[in-house]
Amino acid sequence: MTDRRLGWLLLAPALAVLGGLTVYPALWVLWLSLQYRIPVFSIARWAGLEHYAFLAGDTRFWNAAGITVVFTSCSVALECALGLAIALGLRGQHRGRRVALALLLLAWALPSVVTAKMFEWLYHPAGGLVNFLLGGRIINWLGDPALALPALIVADVWRATPFVALLCYARLLTIPADLYEAAQVDGAAGLQAFARITWPLVRPILLVTLLFRTLDALRAFDIMFVLTGGGPAGTTETLTVYAYRALFQTLQVGFGSAIGVVVFALVMAVAVVYLRVIGRAERAA
Amino acid sequence: MRAGRLRDGLVLLALAVYAAPFFWQALTSLRPDAELLPLTRLLPSRLTLAHYDVVLRESLMPRALVNSLGVALLSTALAVGLGTLAAFALARLPVPGRRGILLGMIAATAFPQIATVSPLYLLMRTLGLRDTWLALILANGSFTLPLVIWLLAGFIREIPRALEEAAAVDGADRLAALRWVVLPLVAPGMASAGLLAFLFSWNEFLFAYTFTATGASRTVPVALALFPGVFEVPWGDIAAASLLASLPPILIVVAFQRYLVRGLLAGALRE
Repeated sequence: MTDRRLGWLLLAPALAVLGGLTVYPALWVLWLSLQYRIPVFSIARWAGLEHYAFLAGDTRFWNAAGITVVFTSCSVALECALGLAIALGLRGQHRGRRVALALLLLAWALPSVVTAKMFEWLYHPAGGLVNFLLGGRIINWLGDPALALPALIVADVWRATPFVALLCYARLLTIPADLYEAAQVDGAAGLQAFARITWPLVRPILLVTLLFRTLDALRAFDIMFVLTGGGPAGTTETLTVYAYRALFQTLQVGFGSAIGVVVFALVMAVAVVYLRVIGRAERAA
Repeated sequence: MRAGRLRDGLVLLALAVYAAPFFWQALTSLRPDAELLPLTRLLPSRLTLAHYDVVLRESLMPRALVNSLGVALLSTALAVGLGTLAAFALARLPVPGRRGILLGMIAATAFPQIATVSPLYLLMRTLGLRDTWLALILANGSFTLPLVIWLLAGFIREIPRALEEAAAVDGADRLAALRWVVLPLVAPGMASAGLLAFLFSWNEFLFAYTFTATGASRTVPVALALFPGVFEVPWGDIAAASLLASLPPILIVVAFQRYLVRGLLAGALRE
């Protein structure tokens, strides 16, 4: 057998699985989004772009889009800042590195449903640790329309920061110590050394991480669905939660798919930027 | 030297504080019901295993743990099995369109589940797979497959070609070289990719929530999200159930940390 045929033979099973369970559904969802499909009423007819036209004037959709943008930008910005800070703290660690990484990565590795349930309890008005530490005040974190989104963002930041910290930490470890020694000879220490050496070297990886996290935050679903269910009064209803509700609660398969397609398009736009950045980094290297 | 030790200790302390929400959940799972609501003291007057007793005897959790473990192991096996063959082909064999396929793999790792969940649901229904392990194994396995292929293709490329060429001189064909030269060397990489695939499946919620209906296939995150309360929310029981749901992730960050870190770095940097 030629190498070429063997190559196809080895690839075939994986491509078949991906074709059937990834590519086909991705095309099918586009098709579904062009139809009226409400199975409980046996409605199934062609809708063309009507769902998209409806979305353009749908206040609930624009509300969800706005919340998705706020959630994504706030979460990712906080994760990058906090992650870099943790990485800088970890860099000098000599003893207990494994323990330190275990404590850090635990938050990342937990199921997000567990994280949601954990924070729901931390935020509980009468039984939660947060209010207890605030001196026994009764604040309804998840029930107050002004507080629910920030509370949700904190939970997501807790969950995802370790990922950013790990990537920055790995980069920091590759910076040779003599660079800092040389800077010290030149009289640069502390903040100056950070600005001159650390920041330029960490910035590319931070950018990659930022895009990577943006992808994840845009498609996040579990944490808000379980923690707040999109409430109160829709203040934490992201596009993914709206899509889920339309698909499986009001059973509008076509309409819900159209919202799914919008999320898809958003994520793919970020992915294209991501690939370009990576490509540029590869060419530079 | 002493300053260094103090610094190390402070960083560890700060990270322990960072992990505090989890430790609080662990403490809640051991706190007697009477001291849960309202919270009047930080430390409980005594510890109890009553919540674990309830969860293990009266809830869906034990069944869900079995489902989750089975689904996660089998979907990992599917992804790593098919992924290794595909990665070898992409890394070593003259497959036309190789670059395009690899690029497609990266794009596929970014697919949002919410976009494919409705067609997949219809597909599973048509195939009669609703509420089965197989539906979740196929969905999770295919979802993690692009990442696994991407990681393993990178790891295989790091292995010097000369080793396979030497094997070829000794009369080994391509498949023999894969089996006896490449596989042993890429085993740690398979562990990294497998751990990430396992964690994804163990933690996965949307597919499981949508495709399952009963204890026959409900996984741990679904059982936890739907944890029943009769008159009030059983926070202690939920905490105990969360701890059980966290056991595999804890084991992974403690015992298999090296492989996890390597997989995460290689997966995010895509180099």
